[in-house]
Amino acid sequence: MRASGCSALLIAAFALVAAPVAAQAAKATKYQKMVTEESPAELFELVGEDLWKKKQGPKKASLEKCDLGKGPGVLKGAYAALPRYFKDVDQVMDAETRMLHCMMTLQGRSKKEALKRPFGNANKPSEMEYLTAYVAGQSRGYKVNPGTRHPMEKFSYALGEKLFFARTGLYDFSCASCHGEEGKRIRASELPVLSNPAVARPVMATWPAYRVSNSQMKTMQWRINNCYRQMRTPQPVWGSEVVNAVHMYMMVTGKGAVYAGPGTKR
Amino acid sequence: MMTKWMLGAGLAALVLSPLAIAELSDQEVQKIIKRDFKAKGQAKMDRLDQDVVQQVCTQAHDKPPADVAKALESDQLTAIPFPSGSLMGNWKNGGKIAWSGKGMQWNEDPKKGAGGGCYNCHEIAPQRTSFGTIGPSLRAFGKKRGSGPDMQKYVYGKIYNAKAYNLCSNMPRFGTTGTLTEQQIKDLVAYVLDPSAPNNK
Repeated sequence: MRASGCSALLIAAFALVAAPVAAQAAKATKYQKMVTEESPAELFELVGEDLWKKKQGPKKASLEKCDLGKGPGVLKGAYAALPRYFKDVDQVMDAETRMLHCMMTLQGRSKKEALKRPFGNANKPSEMEYLTAYVAGQSRGYKVNPGTRHPMEKFSYALGEKLFFARTGLYDFSCASCHGEEGKRIRASELPVLSNPAVARPVMATWPAYRVSNSQMKTMQWRINNCYRQMRTPQPVWGSEVVNAVHMYMMVTGKGAVYAGPGTKR
Repeated sequence: MMTKWMLGAGLAALVLSPLAIAELSDQEVQKIIKRDFKAKGQAKMDRLDQDVVQQVCTQAHDKPPADVAKALESDQLTAIPFPSGSLMGNWKNGGKIAWSGKGMQWNEDPKKGAGGGCYNCHEIAPQRTSFGTIGPSLRAFGKKRGSGPDMQKYVYGKIYNAKAYNLCSNMPRFGTTGTLTEQQIKDLVAYVLDPSAPNNK
């Protein structure tokens, strides 16, 4: 599984980047080295960087001027300071939601087209997964510090906390049903108690994360979506206030951790 | 009457508290949930309608007042349609149902039915070494507690509707929700209680 995931990545990497032959050869060597020696998460960052700089959409523009909260094009520390309130849209957004906004505004892409496939698979990761890995990697060494001052940031946190403990869905679960008690397992998996700052810090400092068990880079939008699937609810809308509020609640709980992602998980 | 001093203190508290926010009601949260989720596959929007058990447990963070819990547990118990006769099904089928965690998700075919996902949270037979620990171990349950009609009824009821015995239990209501059929629950009763099942050897 892992090997096939990596070769698919390589193919995707080449398909995505229209670079001169010499540069491509140099890159091929670099990719090859990473596949064999380094974490696959870094490979996602490299492809993500190319996608970030690739001119796309009706406006034939890259995402290089995207403002993730630190100003247009400033990536250093941006992921670790999200979610936060953005005045131009009067909304709280996480990194993925904000990138969608940039795809629509800077590149002129429709929401439908840009969100056609937010979650990838081992053979074909999604554009959003590559981009998130790249953007997140630019926050390594920065403290997790999401927005907590604006009234809408406070609202997002409060909503997220409520959602964390709300019993819902066909099976009566809340997030706390599985993430509520120290040292408990679902089958063989230990689930972190994400309402506990000491537990949330190392977790939130390493998402998004490459999962070795299924050779995929997983983002927080995916993680929350997939939890609700297992909770037997309908599907939460990608980038909605609900999903971003749960993300905000967990990031605020993990506040102060030194960001070290994208991580690699079992 | 609010004095200037009180107003000042209130404002100071608002500014100083890192995350001060006007209390968000559970009703408001429910409205937002219904706006931000969409039906998909077999997971329809009615799954987000909180019944009284979900409401009370949400509000109380799973620690409801004893009298409220007792009254609601009694209502839940009364609504369980206990079949007449033996509740002991086939433990071999029960083993498969206990192991399968499939069913009722938006990406699954409803025609294929569901498992109980028991091993997600419980230890049962010694042959299965991958089990969760959110629920208590059921290892040798029948051997320790007996397998007579009363015990069969208790286990059947517990699987059908765990909230009838512990209002804010983490365990889903497998019968009430239509996740498992009467026969499937009987098979699980046998898997837990039958003296010839591996769990009680």
